[in-house]
Amino acid sequence: MGIDKKSEPLNRVDGRAKVTGKAKYFAEFEVPGVTFCVMVTSAITRGTVATINTKTAERAPGVLAVFTHLNMPAIPGWAEQGNNSKLPSGGEKYRMLGSNKILFNGQPIALVIADTLERAQHAASLVTATYNKAAHNTDLLKNKEKAAMPPRLGDYSRGTDKDAHNTAPVKLKADYTVPVEVHNPMELAGILAFWEGDDKLTVYAKTQGVKSTQRTLASAFKIDEKNVQVHSEFVGGGFGMGLRTWPQEVAVAAAALKLKKPVKLVMTREQMFTLVGYRPYTIQHISMGATQDGQLTGIYHEATAETASYDDFTEGAVSMTRFMYACPNVTTKYRIVPLDRGVPIWMRGPGEATGAFALESAIDEMAYKVNMDPLQFRLKNFAETDPERNKPFSSNNLKEAYQLGSEKIGWAKRNPAPASMKDGEWLVGYGMSTGVFGAHRGESTCRAQLNTDGTLVLQSATSDIGPGTSTAMVQIAHEVTGLPIEKIRFELGNAAFPPSGSQGGSATVSSVGSAVYDVCTALKGILTEAGLTFDNGAVKPAAGKSDSLQDVLSKQNKTFFEVTKSSKGGEEQGKYSMYSFSIHFAEVRVHPGTGVVRVKRVVTVADSGRIVSPKTAASQMIGGVTGGIGMALTEEGVIDHRFGRFVNNNLADYHVPVSADVPHIETIFIDKPDPYTNPMGSKGMGEIALIGFSAAVANAVYHATGKRIRELPITPDKVLSA
Amino acid sequence: MNQFSYVRVTSKESAIAALAKDKTAMFLAGGTNLVDLMKSGVTNPERLVDINKLPLATIEETKTGLRIGALAKNTAVAENDLVIKHFPLLSQALKAGASPQLRNMATVGGNMMQRTRCHYFYDTAMPCNKRNPGSGCGAIGGFSRMHAIFGASDKCIAVHPSDMCVALAALDATVIVAGPKGERKIPFGDFHRLPGDTPQQDNNLQRGELIIAVDIPFNQLSANTHYLKVRDRASYAFALVSAGAAMQIKGGNITDVRLALGGVAHKPWRLKEAEAWLKGKPATEENFRKAAELSMAQAKSQGGNAFKLTLAPNTIVEALKTAAAQA
Ligand SMILES: Cc1cc2nc3c(=O)[nH]c(=O)nc-3n(C[C@H](O)[C@H](O)[C@H](O)COP(=O)(O)OP(=O)(O)OC[C@H]3O[C@@H](n4cnc5c(N)ncnc54)[C@H](O)[C@@H]3O)c2cc1C
Ligand code: SF4
Repeated sequence: MGIDKKSEPLNRVDGRAKVTGKAKYFAEFEVPGVTFCVMVTSAITRGTVATINTKTAERAPGVLAVFTHLNMPAIPGWAEQGNNSKLPSGGEKYRMLGSNKILFNGQPIALVIADTLERAQHAASLVTATYNKAAHNTDLLKNKEKAAMPPRLGDYSRGTDKDAHNTAPVKLKADYTVPVEVHNPMELAGILAFWEGDDKLTVYAKTQGVKSTQRTLASAFKIDEKNVQVHSEFVGGGFGMGLRTWPQEVAVAAAALKLKKPVKLVMTREQMFTLVGYRPYTIQHISMGATQDGQLTGIYHEATAETASYDDFTEGAVSMTRFMYACPNVTTKYRIVPLDRGVPIWMRGPGEATGAFALESAIDEMAYKVNMDPLQFRLKNFAETDPERNKPFSSNNLKEAYQLGSEKIGWAKRNPAPASMKDGEWLVGYGMSTGVFGAHRGESTCRAQLNTDGTLVLQSATSDIGPGTSTAMVQIAHEVTGLPIEKIRFELGNAAFPPSGSQGGSATVSSVGSAVYDVCTALKGILTEAGLTFDNGAVKPAAGKSDSLQDVLSKQNKTFFEVTKSSKGGEEQGKYSMYSFSIHFAEVRVHPGTGVVRVKRVVTVADSGRIVSPKTAASQMIGGVTGGIGMALTEEGVIDHRFGRFVNNNLADYHVPVSADVPHIETIFIDKPDPYTNPMGSKGMGEIALIGFSAAVANAVYHATGKRIRELPITPDKVLSA
Repeated sequence: MNQFSYVRVTSKESAIAALAKDKTAMFLAGGTNLVDLMKSGVTNPERLVDINKLPLATIEETKTGLRIGALAKNTAVAENDLVIKHFPLLSQALKAGASPQLRNMATVGGNMMQRTRCHYFYDTAMPCNKRNPGSGCGAIGGFSRMHAIFGASDKCIAVHPSDMCVALAALDATVIVAGPKGERKIPFGDFHRLPGDTPQQDNNLQRGELIIAVDIPFNQLSANTHYLKVRDRASYAFALVSAGAAMQIKGGNITDVRLALGGVAHKPWRLKEAEAWLKGKPATEENFRKAAELSMAQAKSQGGNAFKLTLAPNTIVEALKTAAAQA
């Protein structure tokens, strides 16, 4: 079982459609009679809408309706109101337009629907509101005393000496800050919804999970899931914000039902900052102890993150610390502070990217304290087996990765002393870090259809937010069946296809790929029964048979063979600890006068099992590192806490890296199959590409300057003031 | 966005007349700033007077210098051979601004007239004396990282965001404007103004006046120039601080020098005192440092922008050093 050869680098199967504009994104679908929705949002952060005047807007040309809390059609699944005692805040549920309450700035207070976008925009500008303002809290630093244990994540502790981090011969205590980061995919969020009668809903959506969108909508309107059609074949980036079907998207479907017209909402960039989640502002404290010769004796890692007053969003910011190093005493805690903010959501490398910045910076700091090379320090504290679960790793090629990466970047050739290397005016620094993410595999189903002409069509209700899912799936099918790439088509982004999970947690290749593998294997069996076989890129009569595929199908009165297979991991999933690993090496230049940091060179090594699709995998790594450069140097959502409003909610002021910020990124794959994760031997890739990278840059800045910057992003002002 | 009407004019006279006729009318050039302001409800003209068809896009040599038409696109100016030859600082400054797409649309006149990027100014839910006089200044005591260290008032601490204008200020340009009462000339240094008690007024152009051209006199400063822009990412970001430097160096001594800063004041910030001090002195890092320190005498932090007190002099030194190292 399994695929044992290396994969060929394949061009994206949908590359041409994307660059020629043939690929259609949700907002591009033309539905007859479509109407346009524009949201009016709250100017205050907490309180109530006192009055809202929609008269002028309603009379404006082309306006079909203005919905506010006063006339919003009821959404049956939202009927349940009141306190949710599970929340640390005891806060109220957020029900958009369900009442006059304002729970966060930017919350929609009206939906304006008109026959053209421009008319809807104009009418929206005519809606006026007055508020009863209440005091608000959006600043985590000022509300730390509200930190509470999240209902979904307990504290972790191992070892007999809980105080080892405090009593060790060498101690480090440091605080690290990761600001609000906003996903900002290029494509704006939204939905296009229309009904047939009052129980059949169709949507074109921007989602990372067509099935989860289907479930959310079905339960909101209390209709049968089968009656909800969800289409989302192409998605212009998600990074996690598409893992939820957001209240405003449900509300648009409700408006469409009420108006009996298709309604389309495309959010504004500004609204992308408040209504589709973000990486939560998180402060972390690490206390670390080691012996003089560099053996870790204790780690204490506490992370405190913001969440909404109405939801207990929780992520694994401290997970890596629990198992990454062979340290006998480890305690981790995660706390949430409910604030008057919209709810966060997973963002690429969720939790781990935040935690890895702290842990991998602290490891670097400790290495310098004990006078060891940071790479040697990591090797010295290398965990051969998972110390958290006391299980072997399904595969762990980190040592090889450390070696390959360090050779490629020239780690040994650098002068390890801080502020010792120069290139003209610029200070030169090298930094490294490790990234990890669970190698998850979920249940997934795939349907295969082998047509008379020998083409193979595969279908699964998964999504592709950009990594090249179809390309990887076609590659797997090609490797199992031997059929040429151009004879295989993989279809996704339709909730009517056999069920799969959302595209998140770097699990798509592992989960859906396994289903593709299994369904292709099953197809082989069907062919064998029918006296046929995959032979040299085509379906041929089996040995001793003479009927062709066409003959067999026509004798059976069929035009195709079909088979559907569901696939999930077996007991091996419990026996091993399954992780993907990455190693990042960054070489930076820091200008001592201006504080400007430039990433000059990157070597990133992925231990993510067998590489199913080398070309798109390399793209994933490059994209992840680019996101990592943003996290390290440029990205920060800034809120003026006096108002609770963002002051940089656009792409001119919220700085995602541009081409000039991104140097050549060298990607190296260990490319060794993991024996246990799935039949392809693959492990996830999307998250590890970013996780840890910010620490590599921060560590390189330290090496270049001797300045330790523990608050992201590392902008020129911080370098100058450090 | 508000509803508005649109008219395209083909002569200066009709352009000026169109604005005289209608108090809510505004000129539309590249639209890269005005349309954004309209979308966010900050500026609500009821009539747009499109001036793009006016014959004001030429760049020509006169007896005393170059005349650059107000409608010359930022890209066209940056890539013009005469500009590169005589005023490389202007070309460098333009190329440091915005993105190629924006520079392809943006005009010289529009660039001068672009409004501050202060976020409170753009967000109509926030207080801002520039947008809504008397409503208060959101940036004071708030997010002031991008704001002024020179010439701010207790009413407004915004900066003028242009890169091009820093070069034009350094190059002693003159602005030619035309209005209902005819043409007049404004020295570049007098074009923009400090906020004082009337931050709603960015500059000294009168309502209804049209910028026709900018004159730049020839100089001997083209050999040693540098525009250094320090920003939060490598491209496509407004300056934290920028410095334009142009020098004439003979036998190691500075015989003439121009120096201006961007991102530090409500107008491009010319450093005449430092220039006078440097003149006649050897082009050494030590002298550059002293001149930079001299330039900072009046600088004042607003809290969030305290780092500019260090960054600005350092940027001056780096710009001068790099300029001196040319050729
Ligand atoms: C995302 C982004 C990033 C940017 N980054 C930078 C940067 O880094 N550096 C930088 O310098 N700039 C930057 N800019 C600003 C850009 O340079 C200006 O938007 C542009 O120069 C404006 O020129 P325009 O022709 O498009 O003006 P318009 O938007 O058409 O007009 C702007 C104003 O000028 C008036 N006006 C135009 N022409 C005349 C005239 N001849 N006479 C009188 N009034 C006139 C208009 O009525 C209007 O009030 C950026 C802009 C954006 C949107
Ligand atoms: S600095 Fe000026 S532009 Fe900014 S908020 Fe204050 S008054 Fe408005």
